[in-house]
Amino acid sequence: MLFRVIDKPELRSLFDMLAEKNTVVGPVETGKDRNGRPLYAFEEVKDFKILRLDYTTTKLPAKRYFLPFREELATFRMKDDDWTKTIDYNIDKPLVFFGLHACDINALNKLDKVLMGPVYPMPYYAAKRMNMFIIGTGCEPQPFCFCRSMGADTVHHGFDLNITDIGDKYFIEIQSAEAFEMVKDLRTADLSEDDHVQYMKTIAEKNRKFTARVDTTDLTKILDMEFQSPVWKQWGDKCLGCGTCANVCPTCYCYGVEESVDPSLQKAVKTKTLYSCNVVDFAEVAGGHNFRPERSSRLKYRYYHKHRGFVEAYEESLCVGCGRCGEACLAGITVPEVIASVRGEEQ
Amino acid sequence: MDHRLAFHDVVPRHHKYHRISDLGSFEYTYKAEITSVYKLTELENLYRIRIIDAEDRRHFSFRPGQFIMLELPGIGEAPFSISSSPSNHEDMELCIRTAGNLTGVLSRAARGARVGIRGPFGTSFPMERMHGGNILLIAGGLGLAPLRSPIAHVQEHRSMFEHVDIVYGTRDQSRMLFKFQYEMWKKDDINLHVILEKTDNGWDGPVGYIPKILEDIIKSRPDTFIEQTYAIVCGPPVMFKSVCTMLAERGVPMQKMFVSLERRMHCGMGKCCRCNVGSTYTCLKGPVFDYWTVMNLKEAI
Repeated sequence: MLFRVIDKPELRSLFDMLAEKNTVVGPVETGKDRNGRPLYAFEEVKDFKILRLDYTTTKLPAKRYFLPFREELATFRMKDDDWTKTIDYNIDKPLVFFGLHACDINALNKLDKVLMGPVYPMPYYAAKRMNMFIIGTGCEPQPFCFCRSMGADTVHHGFDLNITDIGDKYFIEIQSAEAFEMVKDLRTADLSEDDHVQYMKTIAEKNRKFTARVDTTDLTKILDMEFQSPVWKQWGDKCLGCGTCANVCPTCYCYGVEESVDPSLQKAVKTKTLYSCNVVDFAEVAGGHNFRPERSSRLKYRYYHKHRGFVEAYEESLCVGCGRCGEACLAGITVPEVIASVRGEEQ
Repeated sequence: MDHRLAFHDVVPRHHKYHRISDLGSFEYTYKAEITSVYKLTELENLYRIRIIDAEDRRHFSFRPGQFIMLELPGIGEAPFSISSSPSNHEDMELCIRTAGNLTGVLSRAARGARVGIRGPFGTSFPMERMHGGNILLIAGGLGLAPLRSPIAHVQEHRSMFEHVDIVYGTRDQSRMLFKFQYEMWKKDDINLHVILEKTDNGWDGPVGYIPKILEDIIKSRPDTFIEQTYAIVCGPPVMFKSVCTMLAERGVPMQKMFVSLERRMHCGMGKCCRCNVGSTYTCLKGPVFDYWTVMNLKEAI
């Protein structure tokens, strides 16, 4: 890792440099909520002026660019009694992500483990992931952010460039050779003694702002022990089984595959759609048997996958603590509350 | 300076063989054709399937207990355990109950219909580890389908095993699968015990549930029988739970009993999460588990 500082106006030069020949995706303001606070989303950005690097969070993660809600896995062409299958990984150019928070970059790092590991790596994801240029930015902890509890409040890898506002300058971390080539054309400076101090001050200040937390001590074991706990029933009774939490989650990757025939009967398509384990038919088999017919068993399963199964497989949780699920949940179910109740803590 | 980022087309778009770490094999389908359809019962057919490309066919091998994803283009894809001998590299056989959309279309497919196959996937029954011991092959209902592959292994390696018993429980005579094989199994010195849930006309065999037959088998054998016994159990959860509990009480260690779980799968490769039990992928860590593992899966039984 190389560290540099740049003057604030230089960020615009970086953006223009990247945007000239590439597609840039970044946070923009898309409207206001009922309290008049701005709502943000990741969208294609052509003009630096509409990029909102001071964004709080987005309702939806950047997932649609690498795990689209619906994606064609293959197409078929039927002729006589035969068919041919054509596979397309649905990407033809690199994408620049300008301004991802640590939680969302960590989400990608976690997805990499399951979708790009040595066991059946998924080309649809890998092809997109390998064509991402990621610029991370610092953030302002919100009341629902518990990333610090999940160890996802800082990011060590998985990006090209990371930018932190340290007052009158930007502190930049250069991770990749491509980023180094970009930065060469900017006016950068080596870090002064004062920049070091400013950076550490900024980080310390940010850390003080976290309010939400989750106690993850021995959590895998506790989930194992509390499998029959009555709290699951209570949360299950509240849950609507709508699947919103999975939709807004930056790490939820579960899906279903469906095929459909074109009315001409000469073409067919195989489609992958992101799914949610909270939706009623998630574990239903042909013939109608459902392995998780109750909402409580489905909600519990989601927590087991995130906080137990993934930990057993990869030594880390599949949750980055971005808090989007709790914010979006129509029944007001939040991860810190569910886990506290499983641990028998006062709410 | 031109700051256009390079496009990495790192994924080979055409890839021939199924290797676990190859990106290109993820959606790779072997084209196969249905070479025969044999009606086993009102509900189940035995489909014989042959991979069309001769080289692919030679390379395709599987172990007893593994499954494939069968694809009908435009209809869908679903997992099926292979119910034929692993040593037959020409055809494989799938015993499939007509239960849903895909199997409904399949049941109307004619000889020569072209289907897609991905796999083989999942864990298998550790047959070699059982060499030298006794085997109890226990099936409830359609559970006989995945069992037919380890049975074929036993037939082909009969001298490697001591006592071999197939215990098969099903509802009534009309549901009995693979009737044409019973004499062949007996000829290979395999004891076949069939028990029906309901008495019906012309049935003079035992009626009731599988543990009853197991009691009789254990009683009739020497005292050392249990300690040298392995069990392979396939069937609905209530059935394998009662069978495994009973065998465990009799002294069969949990790690010497193997069960095969059935779940919905959309990928077979540890991605879609539809088959997860607790938080374990049935497609990667299963479908064959030892009973100790199943007991620790929480949701399995």
